Amino acid sequence: MSVPMVHARGVRKHFGHLEVLKGIDLDVQPGEVVVILGPSGSGKSTFLRCVNHLETVDGGAIFVDGELIGFEASGGKVRHLRKREITRQRREIGMVFQQFNLFPHFTVLQNVMEAPVGVRGAPREQARERAHALLRRVGLEDKAGSYPRQLSGGQQQRVAIARALAMRPKLMLFDEPTSALDPELVGEVLATMKGLAEDGLTMIVVTHEIGFAREVADRVVFMDGGVVVEAGTPADVLDNPSSPRTQAFLSRVL
Amino acid sequence: MKELPEIDVAGAARTRHPLRWVASLVLLVLAAQLVSLLVTNPNFQWDVVGRYVNAQIIGQGIMTTLLLTVIAMFVGVVLGVLLAVGRISENPVARAACGLYVWFFRGTPVLVQLVLWYNLSYLLPEISFGIPFGPEFVSADTNVLITPLLAAILGLGLNEGAYMAEIIRGGLMSVDPGQTEAASALGMSGARTFRRIVLPQAMRFIIPPTGSQVISMLKATSLVSVIALADLLYTVQSIYNRTFQTIPLLIVACVWYLVITSILYVGQSFIERHYARGATRNQPQGFWSFVTSFRRRPMPTPEVPS
Repeated sequence: MSVPMVHARGVRKHFGHLEVLKGIDLDVQPGEVVVILGPSGSGKSTFLRCVNHLETVDGGAIFVDGELIGFEASGGKVRHLRKREITRQRREIGMVFQQFNLFPHFTVLQNVMEAPVGVRGAPREQARERAHALLRRVGLEDKAGSYPRQLSGGQQQRVAIARALAMRPKLMLFDEPTSALDPELVGEVLATMKGLAEDGLTMIVVTHEIGFAREVADRVVFMDGGVVVEAGTPADVLDNPSSPRTQAFLSRVL
Repeated sequence: MKELPEIDVAGAARTRHPLRWVASLVLLVLAAQLVSLLVTNPNFQWDVVGRYVNAQIIGQGIMTTLLLTVIAMFVGVVLGVLLAVGRISENPVARAACGLYVWFFRGTPVLVQLVLWYNLSYLLPEISFGIPFGPEFVSADTNVLITPLLAAILGLGLNEGAYMAEIIRGGLMSVDPGQTEAASALGMSGARTFRRIVLPQAMRFIIPPTGSQVISMLKATSLVSVIALADLLYTVQSIYNRTFQTIPLLIVACVWYLVITSILYVGQSFIERHYARGATRNQPQGFWSFVTSFRRRPMPTPEVPS
């Protein structure tokens, strides 16, 4: 088997005295779509933020494409990476946030072009062409000149997806991408994400959308209380959950 | 059941506001009195005002005032950015040092600071550069080095830095932390995130109080008359000390302060428009579209390159 895209072993994280992650093991294969479900406070978002080192893990380790995230191990010693190195690692990992976090002072096009031009040093014209292509892909080419606040929530989130894709990430992390949206706008964002999954992008999605998990996920992971309670195919976890905690959760959200 | 009447509110009469009429009348009478006082009272000596308002020596004073305002503000803003970054940095020593600086320079009167810099030679007769506690490479007599102009720049600029630091820090803290997270997730460096993402958004909150600071600075420069620097106020003082036309010459100074303040105010509103890009759903009017709106034919808004 090839190197997993994500390899997490015994990941622990606490905020003060609150232990949020109590040893998470998770492997994600290249091209796989993994959906993480779980009640609020189960640690699923925190785990996602550990994968691109927005949160520093306190124990265990996370590898992305064979590279240890946030740390450096050599000669039997482990050290924190320098900021510059962490920044380099993050370029390979796209992230989409619950609150979109588009740059409000940039137009839609500038939002998508900023990182390729400023971080990767791509030529402006080339980046512009690619940005237009990505906006076309998320169905927003006509909004290139608008500012984010002139768009609906669903449109903003699709721009955020295009912005993340512009860096050609190996892995995409989605942190509750539809939780801040009005119900009628959820569908357009999920459809965009489904398109990415069909194109073979490796994705980890934290969501409450059971329908999306059933339809798109290769594997569903159920987290509660900072541990992975169960994981398996959507059919296994969603239709025949073995743990009573999963059963209780599903009966509440379905 | 009772039938409801058919009514259209489109032609409804307006509510009357008799108190507004009374207040307006009182204000108009007061304004008329003020104008009559200004015109009929010979003690204002408007002819003297008219004679001095364009005088060359006044112009030189204005130039000194403007020069001092621009340089001291520049020092203040640069220092303010550094201090603000220091105060929100992760380095506890930098945080404490920048906090102490702000505490001291905001906590003592700027007049005292000006006099202190002017009289620095009492404390340090000689200023030299070299390795700390080691050999010296260059040294100079403080009295030669610290001219009145330099003392004024140091006094006003270092004091301004403390105020600007707090204004800039407030602006930086008003930017949603999600912006920094999004930039980090895209692999942007800290410096680039600050320059491209955080600072431009913070500017919306930094510009209005900074405009007030510029106007304060313009007037604070008049304090340098205590160290014999010939700014606008010092110049009119030196004239009325000779001619005893105190009131008309002070009016001349006030007229010029008001003129400069008005120009600054207009400039500020254009800078605010620039940094309001994307802040509201309506496109803010840019400088050029505002200028071209005076023409008859409509002009397309030029796209501002990023």
